[in-house]
Amino acid sequence: MSNPNELSGSHAGGQMDSSPIDASAVNDILMAGDKSKGARPYFLDSPETERVMNIAMAVATEVAVVRERLDTIERLLEAKGILNRSEIEAYEPDDKAAEERQLWHARYAARILRIIQQEVDAIAKPENNTPMHRIADEINEM
Amino acid sequence: MSDYQLPPVWTKLKRHAVFPEFSHDERARYNFLANLNRFVSTVIAPGNKTAFDRRVQPAFQKEKGRDFADRHELQEYMGKDPVYQNWAALRRCTMEMRQQNGRAAVLRQAKELAEKVQRTLNGNGNLKLKEGFMVPPYLTHVDNHLMPGSYHTEYFKGDVSNAANYDSGLFVTSGGMLGSLTDGGGQAIAKWVRETYPDFKPKRILDIGCGLGHNALPIAQAFPDAEVVAIDAGAPMLRYGAARAKALGVHNVTFVQADAASMPEFADGSFDWVQTTMFLHETGGKAIHRIMREIERVLRPGGLTLHIEQPQYTPEMSLYEQFMRDWDAYYNAEPYWGHMHDLQPSDLMEEAGVPKEKFMQVGVKAVNDLDRKKQDGKVTEDYGRSPIWNVFGGWKKGA
Repeated sequence: MSNPNELSGSHAGGQMDSSPIDASAVNDILMAGDKSKGARPYFLDSPETERVMNIAMAVATEVAVVRERLDTIERLLEAKGILNRSEIEAYEPDDKAAEERQLWHARYAARILRIIQQEVDAIAKPENNTPMHRIADEINEM
Repeated sequence: MSDYQLPPVWTKLKRHAVFPEFSHDERARYNFLANLNRFVSTVIAPGNKTAFDRRVQPAFQKEKGRDFADRHELQEYMGKDPVYQNWAALRRCTMEMRQQNGRAAVLRQAKELAEKVQRTLNGNGNLKLKEGFMVPPYLTHVDNHLMPGSYHTEYFKGDVSNAANYDSGLFVTSGGMLGSLTDGGGQAIAKWVRETYPDFKPKRILDIGCGLGHNALPIAQAFPDAEVVAIDAGAPMLRYGAARAKALGVHNVTFVQADAASMPEFADGSFDWVQTTMFLHETGGKAIHRIMREIERVLRPGGLTLHIEQPQYTPEMSLYEQFMRDWDAYYNAEPYWGHMHDLQPSDLMEEAGVPKEKFMQVGVKAVNDLDRKKQDGKVTEDYGRSPIWNVFGGWKKGA
């Protein structure tokens, strides 16, 4: 226990306090992720996997957020008579649009699976897979 | 789809004048989390029982030739099962995400929130904070339900961030089951007392561990002629709670910073009713007895004391259920929960002045104004998070 007697209300100044609020000590980006007290339990056999699960769930949340925002945009556009959402369902891209979109998917898939692609590359090209400390030693002789 | 209960969207939550502003995406984050929680608790969690019945228990019995001795031994073996591991990892993950998402939303507007509360409270006497108040060690030792900074931490003078975060997110954690003001527990107890004891006309009511007043306010509204004193250790909660009460037009509640284990500010026998709601399991093993003695002291002879808590562990409760109920104690950082539920409520109440023959224990269903289907009896057991409130207490001897 670092401080068994933490103060609260120490600068409360009573209920009538009307002095200016100074919140400049708050770094919301970092403090949003403050860790709570106590050691964090890991439930999966591999903490590494659990770490990845936590990152993946956070990303999944953001996908849901984008989806909800897009849904809002579609509904607003429909309400304003700019498009009918059945038009979205019925939409078929022309050849140019189709190719651009497929290209986007291809690049996206490659970005997500980069590490797996590179692990295969490591086996396929062992000559490009020398440990860096050895390369450092080798380069030292060059 | 027919049987799947969707949680209400977050915008169903009633936003009072001091409630934080939430952007479109912040609301969407909470909507996703509520659904994630619902899926984890209704679809994934029941898999624990299946894994327990079909492989964990049979394997243990085969190996040892006996049943589990206690919930701790059961925990050791369930802890190795992948179904449990996935569920527990996901549950922990959702709790942490709920905290981070709520904090991100309120901390970015911490200054504006504090100013809003300050303006609302201006000249109002319903808040009493104390210079140099010492927060009880059982509160500073842990961040209850993984809420960084718990109830008492102020990041600057006048701060209400942690209270606003709590207010905004309880709706998500409870899946909206406690209604649009997340006050279904307080409403339930107020309704139950009025219906069960129509002649009981309390003049002064003490709500201990009030937080931001989620449950004190419905009691104050149900007993408009009573003076409700709501105490807590956390200044941000009290400050926000007092402003929230004012914003909601509830004027017979005073929020006072006090330590429930020592309340010299209140005279002997000065309350007709002493209430706690989901508070005792967030105290400590020694403090709880001092709190009982203080309740006994401030409660008038013949007065009523009631406590909403999770059910205690009894020999009739299966080890599996005890184990599931223990989860929140250890992994949702409510560590006294496990120990407390080994105590006998009737013994605690005896310490609070309630003789054994005046002791009572009932189950009360939370009042939920958002429950369109009135799903009576159709509640998925989520061990500690179902909207069924276990109430114990009784009438103090005398009078």
